[in-house]
Amino acid sequence: MFERIKNLVVKEFIHYFRQKRTMFFLIATPLIQIILFGYVATMDVNNVSTALFDLDRSSESRELARRIESSGYFTIKNLPESPAEIRNLIDTGKVLCAIQINRGFGKDLQKGIPTEIQVIVDGTDSNTALIAMSYVNTIIGKYSLDLMGASMNANLRRLDLRTRVWYNPDLKSRNYMVPGVIALIVMLTCLLLTSMSIVREREVGTMEQLMVTPIRPVELMLGKTIPAAIVGYFDMALVTAFGVFWFSVPINGAILLLVMCTGAYLLSVLGIGLFISTISRTQQQAMTATFFFFQPAILLSGFATPIETMPTVFQYITYLSPLRYFLVIVRGIFLKGVGIDILWPQIVALLILGTVILTASALRFKKRLA
Amino acid sequence: MKLQRIKAITKKELIQIWRDPFSLAMAFLMPVILLFIYGYAITFDIDKISTVVFDMDKSSLSRELVNQFHESGYFRVNSYVESYKAIDPYLDSGRARVAIVIPEDFSKNIQKGYAAQVEVLIDGSDSNTATIAQGYALAITEGFSRRIRGTPVTPLIDSRSRVWYNNELKSRNFIIPGLIAIIMSVIIALLTSLTIAREWDRGTMEQLISTPVKTPELILGKLIPYFLIGFADTILTILMSTLLFHVPLRGSVTLLLVLSGVFLFGGLSFGILISITGRTQLAASQAALITSFLPAFMLSGFLFSISNMPKPLQIVTYFIPARYFVTILKGIFLKGSTLTVLLPEALLLSLFAVLIFVAANRKFRKRIE
Repeated sequence: MFERIKNLVVKEFIHYFRQKRTMFFLIATPLIQIILFGYVATMDVNNVSTALFDLDRSSESRELARRIESSGYFTIKNLPESPAEIRNLIDTGKVLCAIQINRGFGKDLQKGIPTEIQVIVDGTDSNTALIAMSYVNTIIGKYSLDLMGASMNANLRRLDLRTRVWYNPDLKSRNYMVPGVIALIVMLTCLLLTSMSIVREREVGTMEQLMVTPIRPVELMLGKTIPAAIVGYFDMALVTAFGVFWFSVPINGAILLLVMCTGAYLLSVLGIGLFISTISRTQQQAMTATFFFFQPAILLSGFATPIETMPTVFQYITYLSPLRYFLVIVRGIFLKGVGIDILWPQIVALLILGTVILTASALRFKKRLA
Repeated sequence: MKLQRIKAITKKELIQIWRDPFSLAMAFLMPVILLFIYGYAITFDIDKISTVVFDMDKSSLSRELVNQFHESGYFRVNSYVESYKAIDPYLDSGRARVAIVIPEDFSKNIQKGYAAQVEVLIDGSDSNTATIAQGYALAITEGFSRRIRGTPVTPLIDSRSRVWYNNELKSRNFIIPGLIAIIMSVIIALLTSLTIAREWDRGTMEQLISTPVKTPELILGKLIPYFLIGFADTILTILMSTLLFHVPLRGSVTLLLVLSGVFLFGGLSFGILISITGRTQLAASQAALITSFLPAFMLSGFLFSISNMPKPLQIVTYFIPARYFVTILKGIFLKGSTLTVLLPEALLLSLFAVLIFVAANRKFRKRIE
């Protein structure tokens, strides 16, 4: 039996490596994904392109502009001359934020009369707009406090807020994204490989040749899933190494635990891959079905947005996504450095989910072959 | 180029699509499901952050502060602990993301007029949520401090913020218009990336080669049926966005449809180009993933703003047609932009479509190797 499985695994690897293109994509796909997610997937807001319409041109207005620019959150790109010009700049998307300082701003401040400032924000990107707005308000508020004098200031601060950030003190979104991408890549590669490679035999007609050999369905199944699992582990090592050495994402927990948990995660992933191969007749169908499963599985796993913010119905659906549990595990191991004592509920959930999916798919697979 | 031969290829392809109701159903189900998830489940508006409280003071003032946090709606206080140590497992396991610690002398200090302290611990692993939570915590404590001081001092400078285009700052309005580009990219990648590779894999390409059909005829013939499906999907998504999710459509519908057609044509040509280069279906499916879906998702400005990316990647985005299409979609939907504003994007989008179509034609070799 082992001999036959070994032969199938070798056959499968020959198939992966025979064509340079296939091999290239097996290595390039994870790398491109990690680079894109590492560099692009950030919700940090800085360098917001800003227009400054300064009608006052006093030392106070210049001071405010200096503070806004030196905060690092805003880059003053344009100095429009009229409100119409502001509208045009925002309409074309050249700036996201416009600040208008009216005439008399400096004079009012010198006299100590409360004055105002106009801030216009392009709300198309609601997240950036919200954060940019709070930054402007903080900067203006700080300036206002400074002008009111130090004596007032001491009096004002009757309540002192000390925030401490744990696990990711610099609040780098990369540290949060990269471990998640590992989970994503392992899933995508393994799903496509298992589902497409089984269907390929059927589509090209070599399945019949396999059937006349003494290979049993279980062996065929193992022969198809083991290579995918090996590639999955390889991708995980590749991406983890890249994340740690290139993006300097810390691994605070045990690597051995990560490797073991990946095994539990692969159970359900390979099970789903097998299931897809039983419902599709062509490779196109297998690919479509993979995508069809993959997208909701990512979106409803807490990968991009926290599960708590979803409506309750969707929160229940997330329990079905293996990614949900594995994300807690990878992020826990990478960032929080927690061990099995904290992560055991996720591991148990993955094992149960994996066993159920894999058994159901294996039974269906056997039935389809027989 | 003969119309008749194009028609024949189109007909053959349509029959093949029709025989595969599974893929056809997916082509229409996928946009609906994606829209539902993005429309209902995915929101970047952060609220109800689970919070644990360690209140050493247990005075009416400290309870009031905790209450302020809870009532703001941004934090949901769901547990209380009695020691510092007890906070760790909450943050470690993710049962809470924020911990509020109020020291023993909190109310005493306030009553005596000294500065009182509050400590807030935040789980920073999700940096976005953490940043926003930090801002909320600051605003709430400041409001509290102003209230207990009694005499509210008006700040010297009052900043009047106005938000244009999406004044309620709903993340749904921001996500859904761009999502149309993503949905179309997925459909395109799925439908066309395998269409030529399949003929090679199955050996039917040799039969096609032996017919008098010419390269542009073959490519156009294969493109037309998918164009029809893609266009139907576009109309479906636009209808769902406006009628179901009430995303405002402020610009011209005709302009939207015409430019969607241009994007679709370019995207489908690209899918066929991938299918020609990929040769095997496994390679083509991987190629479709990294060259059309991922860039459209990551580099188009759909979720992640381009100005935040490192410079080299910003340059790369100029070569991603989805970038222009996302700008067009957001412009027409939210800003009501006209063709004059969107002219550069529209021209570049058309240029890409034509170039890719030409490239697909040149790359295809009607020969047996």
